[in-house]
Amino acid sequence: MSDMGSASGGDVVLVLVEQHDGTPRGSALELLTAARALGTVHAVWLGAVSDAAAARLGEFGAVVVHAVPVPTPEASLPPAVAAVLAGLIDETGASTVLVASTFENKELAARLALATGAGLVVDVSAVQRGPDGRVVTTQQAFAASWTLRGEVTVARAVVALKPNAVHADPVATPVLPLVITRDAAALSDGAAADARVRVVERTARPESSRPDLGEAQVVVVGGRGVEGDFSPVEDLADALGGAVGATRVATDEGWISHETQVGQTGVTISPRLYIGAGVSGAVHHRGGMQASEVIVAVNNDVDAPIFEFADFGVVGDLFTVLPQAAAEIRRLKAQG
Amino acid sequence: MRIVVCVKHVPDLQAERSFTAGGRVDRSQGDGTLSELDEHAVEAALVLTETLGGEVTVVTVGPADAEDAVRRGLQMGAQHAVHVIDDAIAGSDVFGTALVLAAAIRRLGAEGGVDLVITGMAALDGLMSVLPSLLAAHLDLPQATLAAELTVADGVVRVRRDLDHVTEVLEAPLPAVVSVTDQANEPRYPNFKGIMAARKTPVTAWSLADLGIDPAAVGDAGARTRVLEATPRPVREDRVLITDDGEAGLRLVAYLAENRLLG
Repeated sequence: MSDMGSASGGDVVLVLVEQHDGTPRGSALELLTAARALGTVHAVWLGAVSDAAAARLGEFGAVVVHAVPVPTPEASLPPAVAAVLAGLIDETGASTVLVASTFENKELAARLALATGAGLVVDVSAVQRGPDGRVVTTQQAFAASWTLRGEVTVARAVVALKPNAVHADPVATPVLPLVITRDAAALSDGAAADARVRVVERTARPESSRPDLGEAQVVVVGGRGVEGDFSPVEDLADALGGAVGATRVATDEGWISHETQVGQTGVTISPRLYIGAGVSGAVHHRGGMQASEVIVAVNNDVDAPIFEFADFGVVGDLFTVLPQAAAEIRRLKAQG
Repeated sequence: MRIVVCVKHVPDLQAERSFTAGGRVDRSQGDGTLSELDEHAVEAALVLTETLGGEVTVVTVGPADAEDAVRRGLQMGAQHAVHVIDDAIAGSDVFGTALVLAAAIRRLGAEGGVDLVITGMAALDGLMSVLPSLLAAHLDLPQATLAAELTVADGVVRVRRDLDHVTEVLEAPLPAVVSVTDQANEPRYPNFKGIMAARKTPVTAWSLADLGIDPAAVGDAGARTRVLEATPRPVREDRVLITDDGEAGLRLVAYLAENRLLG
């Protein structure tokens, strides 16, 4: 295995792919796309991989899929996955590991970097190789008010890439990747999952019919101004095919579930289009959304801070502006 | 039980935050504060010791004014405070910080035992959320991070946490490393008694030498990444602000169409 990377021309890049019901998530395809610019792409799939899923990974540039069984819930906890990836680095000689920037993945990325002496960069919006082959990354900091470009100064890099930062592009001539089923225990040097930690309960939350909040291209967010009624927000999101988000106030009031909270302590989003309705734009919220490409705000308070950084602001009543916009979008879409 | 809470001094969120020319967080403004999310960690520790008995030690790593962060922990009700301070620490990345904190926790463990290490869910400057994991790795302790609910009974810590797509309940035997989210509790405000008591409590200062850490392992020398360039975001040009005249919804859609945002 260790010469497979060089045989296919270049460094091996391991990509931990997120999945849902046996299908790669959108973020996985973005990661594969970004990885192609860094080297030969090997996907890492937790569990058994179907032919269809493997083919899909191949369409986005994976030439090898390492399928790692996860026999117990404990086997997918971050320390266990980090040990598996460390084993795969040994096997493949990979120089770079890419993961999607979620809380769990950042944890495993940190442990992996610690164990392998790699440099770690998380919440990355762009990754490439510099002229000398070093991994160069771009990040947003301080509620996206700053952009940082940095480089990993050691030979190995672990990078956590934010969803939506890279446009997923299939390769021109996909190959069917070679699927290798791995033994997690052997990979992690016999150090199986941390036997001390027990998963007492794990419940998948039902996923809404709308796009995933963290990955959506369009997000409509309701804040204090919706006063408990999210229906105009949901309706506009549906007209745009987008996801619904909320501010901390709206989730604390119990108007909508906590998982929809966008902000520094909730979901961080960077969609192409963000629409905030009745959102004031407090700093905690900004930290989770200011990297959005285009920011639209509808608020009846002309002094709301969100107007200071919105690209398009409407001072008005969201209960009339949103339905009018949703109806107009549907009219335009019906016209084709 | 003996609980160690790791806290961080960060630039005030409401203030203008920036980077130095060298790409470090500018900490020269003097308007730093205890990272708000760390108050949830202190609160969780206080609640546990109030019900189960024991003591709370707050620990921080950083330059002189980082002492404010542990002072705040003392004011809230922690009994002891440790400040690891050493010029060689400046410029440390999260790995350097974790190495130093782990050594401090090990020393506290040797001096009287540590049953639980608690951190906040993220530092409000870097927002990396990886420190607790690194501490667990260094200390070889089980980790149960991002607790929205945290309980301890019979030597076992139990954590409920909401991840992107699943809700989990984890259990680990003590000693362990946990982090708590801002959902876990409402941090208390220091009362008069707490503020007075904090004034009398000495903050223990440790250097790298006190912890047996090679200065070359931390600071700029130990970092495996380097900032090439830090640039403030340009002010967005062409911003539009309209007042609804009855047709704002239509104008909004026209704007989206012009910018090819209708899919």
